Amino acid sequence: MSEKNINLTLNIWRQESPEAKGYFEKFEKEISPDASILEVLDEINNRLEFEGKEPIAFESDCREGICGACGLVINGQPHGPLPKTATCQLHMRNFKDGDTLYIEPFRATAFKILKDLIVDRSGFDKIQVAGGFVSFNTGSAPDGNVILISKEMADQALDAAECIGCGACVAACKNSSAMLFVGAKVSQFALLPQGQPERYERVQAMVKVMDENLFGSCTNTYACEAECPKGISVLNIARMNRDYFMAKLKTGTNE
Amino acid sequence: MIKLDSKIPGGKLSEKWMNHKFNMKVINPANKRKFDIIIVGSGLAGASAAATLGELGYKVKIFTFHDSTRRAHSIAAQGGINAAKNYQNDADSVYRLFYDTIKGGDFRGREANTWRLAEVSNNIIDQCVAQGVPFAREYGGTLANRSFGGAQVSRTFYARGETGQQLLLGAYSSMNRQVNLGNVEIFPRREFLDVVKVDGHARGIIARNLVTGELEKYASQAVVLATGGYMNVYFLSTNAMNSNATAAWRVHKKGAAFANPCYTQIHPTCLPVHGEDQSKLVLMSESLRNDGRIWVPKKAGDTRNPSEIPEEERDYYLERKYPAFGNLVPRDVASRNAKYVCDEGKGIGGGKAVYLDFSDAFNRIGKEGVKDKYGNLFDMYANITGVNPYEVPMQIYPAPHYAMGGLWVDYELMSTIPGMFVLGEANFSDHGANRLGASALMQGLSDGYFIIPYTMGNYLGTEKPEKVDVERSEFKEAQQNVEENINKILSINGKQTVDSIHKRLGHLLIDKVGMSRDEKGLKEVINQIRDLREEFWTDVKVVGDAKDINQTLERAGRVADFLELGELMAKDALNRNESCGAHFREEYQTEDGEALRNDEEYKYVAAWEYKKDGEWELYKEDLEFENVKLATRSYK
Amino acid sequence: MNRLNQFFNSSIGKKLVMAITGIFLILFLVFHLINNLMLFGGPEFFNENVARLDSIKPLIRVMEIILALIFIYHTYTGLKLWWENKKANPEKYAVNANKENSTIYSRTMTITGSLIFIFLVIHLYTIWVKYNFGMEGSEDYFEVIKIHFANPIWAAFYFIIMIFIGFHINHAFQSSFQSLGWSHKKYTPIVKKIGTVIAIILAVGFASIPVYFFYISFGGQG
Repeated sequence: MSEKNINLTLNIWRQESPEAKGYFEKFEKEISPDASILEVLDEINNRLEFEGKEPIAFESDCREGICGACGLVINGQPHGPLPKTATCQLHMRNFKDGDTLYIEPFRATAFKILKDLIVDRSGFDKIQVAGGFVSFNTGSAPDGNVILISKEMADQALDAAECIGCGACVAACKNSSAMLFVGAKVSQFALLPQGQPERYERVQAMVKVMDENLFGSCTNTYACEAECPKGISVLNIARMNRDYFMAKLKTGTNE
Repeated sequence: MIKLDSKIPGGKLSEKWMNHKFNMKVINPANKRKFDIIIVGSGLAGASAAATLGELGYKVKIFTFHDSTRRAHSIAAQGGINAAKNYQNDADSVYRLFYDTIKGGDFRGREANTWRLAEVSNNIIDQCVAQGVPFAREYGGTLANRSFGGAQVSRTFYARGETGQQLLLGAYSSMNRQVNLGNVEIFPRREFLDVVKVDGHARGIIARNLVTGELEKYASQAVVLATGGYMNVYFLSTNAMNSNATAAWRVHKKGAAFANPCYTQIHPTCLPVHGEDQSKLVLMSESLRNDGRIWVPKKAGDTRNPSEIPEEERDYYLERKYPAFGNLVPRDVASRNAKYVCDEGKGIGGGKAVYLDFSDAFNRIGKEGVKDKYGNLFDMYANITGVNPYEVPMQIYPAPHYAMGGLWVDYELMSTIPGMFVLGEANFSDHGANRLGASALMQGLSDGYFIIPYTMGNYLGTEKPEKVDVERSEFKEAQQNVEENINKILSINGKQTVDSIHKRLGHLLIDKVGMSRDEKGLKEVINQIRDLREEFWTDVKVVGDAKDINQTLERAGRVADFLELGELMAKDALNRNESCGAHFREEYQTEDGEALRNDEEYKYVAAWEYKKDGEWELYKEDLEFENVKLATRSYK
Repeated sequence: MNRLNQFFNSSIGKKLVMAITGIFLILFLVFHLINNLMLFGGPEFFNENVARLDSIKPLIRVMEIILALIFIYHTYTGLKLWWENKKANPEKYAVNANKENSTIYSRTMTITGSLIFIFLVIHLYTIWVKYNFGMEGSEDYFEVIKIHFANPIWAAFYFIIMIFIGFHINHAFQSSFQSLGWSHKKYTPIVKKIGTVIAIILAVGFASIPVYFFYISFGGQG
């Protein structure tokens, strides 16, 4: 697996608190091409700690690309240059000896920077709380095979449901719009029979909270799709647009 | 002095849970809303419990150290979830799932718990489908199944390689609905640091706000711990970076017995370690073993490329030793054999890795067919290793994965502290000495959706619905202790980083309390861990303070607890003079090198009570087997 | 009314406004281009056609007002979106990697749109006002255009703006389908191609006028 080590210059965003002014701190580092970028940060932190300096605060958990906790902007791209790859799965073999990297947090008004590379993405949870569910109580479910769902529909719903909620779509968007995230969740339920009874209430409730949480509007640049580590399609946004329009035509609730 | 009363109901095995449900106390809806319940952990068990208890009308507060409840490590489970639906008409049944689980656990689990798990497994699938979990489907629209390690029937439900994610998001959505309705309140970025006991009952918690650093007090009439397993004690494991044992351990130190800590599962299909700086190990779903064949070169130290090694010079060691199950033997058997062949020097290039080869599958169903089934796993492998698995066989090696041991709980999932319930991987209850594939998700959801809503009522039915005041002295005292502990860690200002000590602990444990153990090694390691603990408390260096985000401080507290837990794991392994499931003692094996159980003397759950630093008292819960015959597990 | 208001003020509602008004504007441009191309039929043919439009003046006036309202609403909503989106994303990254994930056409909609707006004001002032109020009894509309584009600055200005209109429409056409929710794995690529073709036809069609008149004013054969 391993080849020769490479030397990189890393400029990493440091910011003590939400109010503090941030700046780039420069690190020169020799690293193994098999290491992931987060392991490079681990190493830098280990050295900083050893020297008695404050380590770089950043979030990560599963390191398998599924929990959505990690998310750095590397040279202007959320999750770095590799398509369909979360930050934790970005290995240094994708960079060349002598490269310079700028590592920053996701930037958006809706994502407040808490410290260094950690941002507050709680807006996403608020949107989900507003309607990202099917209303029924535990214990009342019929047999799983009573609801027949074509393989194609199930696959499409899963394509949307794969969203890991990392926020890269917002970070990539020049408008900081969360429509790919919301579109994906709306679509998962809009595609499945289980989601039909609340289909139009759901989309209205979720869009309302999305708008309240300072996310921008979509202008169809599709940067979100290009940077999404799960490759969630912008077709989901179209579906949400359609459902939202239909909802406003159809329902009389949710004033 | 603790009392182990498992509260297993009498009667026929298949009727125990039904009868018990009827016999338990129920609380009327108007009173339910007067009870506060704290849940710690928001994975499958925690989130599903929050959803269900919220539906019943209890006032629930749920805590997670993540920024969002959706990030709990259940999300990373790939393979699937078992249920005894028998949709494939292949003679599956509740009994068979029960029997497979008991046998897979090497007859070291409770019959009644395991039966209940198998019984509610079907409800879980129905529940998840109703939530809108997009399970894999057949062309006719019915739910699809696949077979999974250790089972001879096709009973595993899945959603590509992301079953855990989909199930967790399902539970998360149900919980969110309750948040919307005002029954559940979420407290993210909070770390549980201690339980507060009032008159011996769990009545609240002390949590550290990870953003402000403040120690916060929360009160309730019952506390539910769903904080997952402790496999990060090995430093390198498939667990997430933040998975830890602190909640369970601090509760243990407050009087909850810890059961079977030595039952730790090492998962056979993980990516090999690439270097010292590696931060964690990545699991590849063991469903890969359905179509992949595991082999090593017959010659030790063979450094040829796999394509240059002819068929007759390859050792398909699992197929050779276990003709009936072949590559689908249970996890512990697969892992141990990988270790053996590598210890003999037959690992790839003489190192610690074996091949997982899909050539036969490519010939049988084509590369497209394989891609259909395992595409995302193949992509993941290529991404991480930089090697294309469609061209070159995968390399795998076992990695610490799942803790069967955990806090001791009775049939109602209550620990030895009244009012303190423990769900999911954090408890010890359903998997015996080894867990079968695709049953962790099943247990987490079974505990949260279908068990705790009943048993919680039975406990609260005996309690008064009176608010607990956080200004009580017990809360203040607990808060003070936590604060002192934090200050102590911060004041050491030694020379070693937290991670470097954690790594050393990991090396000790994987070496001596890993895939195989022996008396000499265990005795040694107990002393080594004690020394390391001493080093930690005199020489660790934690930078920064406790007044804002300080991830090193968070890790330091967790490592301090791991350093105590590690010792107990070794003690438990030393006490258990037999080999069973994932616990393999070199001294106790058959002539063929198979695990040799000692049912006479060790047919019990080892529950440890904490006395003081480095001192525990052992309590034994004898296991009764009325419905299955204790057989020697054989996968030949 | 409250519901309607709420809808048009939502993020998706504003997208929809942009899409629907945009489609009308594209339709208008198509008609406008057809009229313009009549210039190639020579002075007589062109002047006759303009005179014919003049004969249904009241209808044209009504349509002009509707068109103006649509245009103003499109511009207003566009600027409002721009302002709100700027607030949602005030800080830029150290490295600009936009070209890695989006097209230049999609990112420059506000700029091309603003240029088109400025152009339109000038265009109305120079041509529309002249046609409607400044002909002083003459009916040689052709001549007005000819004189206008004999000036190389005017010709170049129009030419450049027409390229921006092409840029704008190239993104706008497929974008309006997306906003209206008419996206599909199979058909969206076709819609994108159609959008590009329409953009090219409109840009080339409109740009050919200044080029043509500039050419003949320098003695080329008309």
